[in-house]
Amino acid sequence: MEGETLVLTFAGDWLLAGQRTETNNVDTVLAEAEGAQRITYETSQLGTWDTGLITTLASIQHFATSRRIENDLTGLPEGAQGLLNLAFAVKEREGARREATQPRLAESVGTATLEFLESGKELIAFMGELALSVQRMIRRKATIQASQVWLAIQEAGVEALPIVGLITFLIGMIFAFVGVMQLNNFGAGIYTADLVAVAMVREMAPIMTAILMAGRTGASYAAQLGTMKVNEEIDALSTLGINPIDFLVMPRVFALILMMPFLTMYASLMGIFGGLVVAVSMLDITPLQYIVQTNAAVGLNTLFGGLFKAIVYGALVALAGTQQGMACGNSAMAVGQATTKAVVMGIVLIVVSASILTVIYINLGI
Amino acid sequence: MKPATDMQPDTDNHIEIADLTLSYGDFLIQQNLNFNVRRGEVFVVMGGSGCGKTTVLRSIIGLKSPGKGQIRIDGNSIWDVEDEKRNELKRNMGVLFQQGALWSSMTLAENIALALQMYTDIPDKDIREICSLKLALVGLAGFEDFYPNEISGGMRKRAGLARAMALDPDILCFDEPSAGLDPISSKLLDDLILELRDSLGTTVIVVTHELASIFAIADNSVFLDPDTKTQLATGNPKTLRDECDNFEVRNFLARGEARE
Repeated sequence: MEGETLVLTFAGDWLLAGQRTETNNVDTVLAEAEGAQRITYETSQLGTWDTGLITTLASIQHFATSRRIENDLTGLPEGAQGLLNLAFAVKEREGARREATQPRLAESVGTATLEFLESGKELIAFMGELALSVQRMIRRKATIQASQVWLAIQEAGVEALPIVGLITFLIGMIFAFVGVMQLNNFGAGIYTADLVAVAMVREMAPIMTAILMAGRTGASYAAQLGTMKVNEEIDALSTLGINPIDFLVMPRVFALILMMPFLTMYASLMGIFGGLVVAVSMLDITPLQYIVQTNAAVGLNTLFGGLFKAIVYGALVALAGTQQGMACGNSAMAVGQATTKAVVMGIVLIVVSASILTVIYINLGI
Repeated sequence: MKPATDMQPDTDNHIEIADLTLSYGDFLIQQNLNFNVRRGEVFVVMGGSGCGKTTVLRSIIGLKSPGKGQIRIDGNSIWDVEDEKRNELKRNMGVLFQQGALWSSMTLAENIALALQMYTDIPDKDIREICSLKLALVGLAGFEDFYPNEISGGMRKRAGLARAMALDPDILCFDEPSAGLDPISSKLLDDLILELRDSLGTTVIVVTHELASIFAIADNSVFLDPDTKTQLATGNPKTLRDECDNFEVRNFLARGEARE
């Protein structure tokens, strides 16, 4: 301190990569200089410098401005003066700075609840849009391209066969293992065929196919539509007067609803085949006996009950995937979030509807 | 090609913007906009980054409903008509988005063909020829069967323009046409815009802040201000640069070198 002037001496190297203890000292030095009217600089001993120096100078500038102290930069190297002037040339925009706040628990719960309700409302609104699109289709006013529908059918159908086949074959085998181990204790090993067939046709094939489709096709719908939104491709459709729901969403929903019963039938067969392999190898029965037993176990009610479930699950998976895709934000991160949400929402909807359908089936005696 | 200043556009208004206010929720974008775009002129919406130029364009092309005010095309207020009529008005506008926005699952020819298949009875063979012609007009002859991810950013933009021109619209809208283009490609696009105006009498709206482009193509313009969220001036950009009362406008058009 020289009278009312605070002279700050900078010496040595001031680099981002170097030791930064001096930077912390500045706060202490400034705290002692509360009464100063002017700050000047002495830099004859200053070595190399970079942003490490400018950051310190900027905090001194803020300090000086807040206490109305004159900050005389003339003692600084020219380059440092230029950068500092540049940093303060444009005033900070009012209201631009955001305060980092830690939300309270109640606030977080409230926000999450409101977001949940909002997403429920969006889902219902989207279902309304789909209903309007169906109406336009019936009145032949919807813009739908056959090639889009065939492409969606191919993606949701044939291309899903390998994974659906593999998983349900293994599930059938697992069921058969459990059946053989337990039922054989009572000499009822042949009923493994009944266990596998009924479990697969009625419950496991629809639900496993649906969960696989939620992870595969539902996620793909959300990612495709989300990316199209980010790339303004959906806007480009709208500017041509083409409704994106008619053109992009309906073919996908239609394809999945159409393909799910076929995939489920295929999944049931693969599961039964898996059970057959295990039963024939572990029990003293022939493949023909297993097939006859299976045939006797599965009635039409069971078959159609399972296929109806498949249609419901297919509709829900398609709904979750397309709704999340269309509601996606305008960034790469938003596409990732939409895809995750589509899978989670799809699986939740499948499980909830499975419970409801099971209760309904029991009451109807199916 | 005739220079922009020699143009004598028709005096009738093709697009009228009246008391337009735009916002996203509580966040105001622009308010009380009033300007007219005459038939067959190149009209530039300009202003600094973040002033809401693109939002104004989105509102004109029917993607963003205004909070207040009207947008009239040939006297029809596009936000007050039935959806079907609005779609009809939209089909009369071609839009080139900032990144081209080509449909990535379709080839360039399919991108251009879609609108023709949807809205005309032209046989497929003729549609293919039209696609080839449109691609040739933007310098992409022979690229019919390429997918958007197989061509460069500049080419995607030109293909986007070919698609925007598919239905020979009366109005063409460009969102930052020079963004991401090298100076030569940018100049070629400017030339193409002027050619379309001169040859087909197309009304062109361009959103940009590229001064070279503005002075090369604009017959008329509006300047939007991000601070007051209003329009500061309308008129020919060269005239505005030399004579505008507003310093902000003069300074912008003189690249920050205007004097008070």
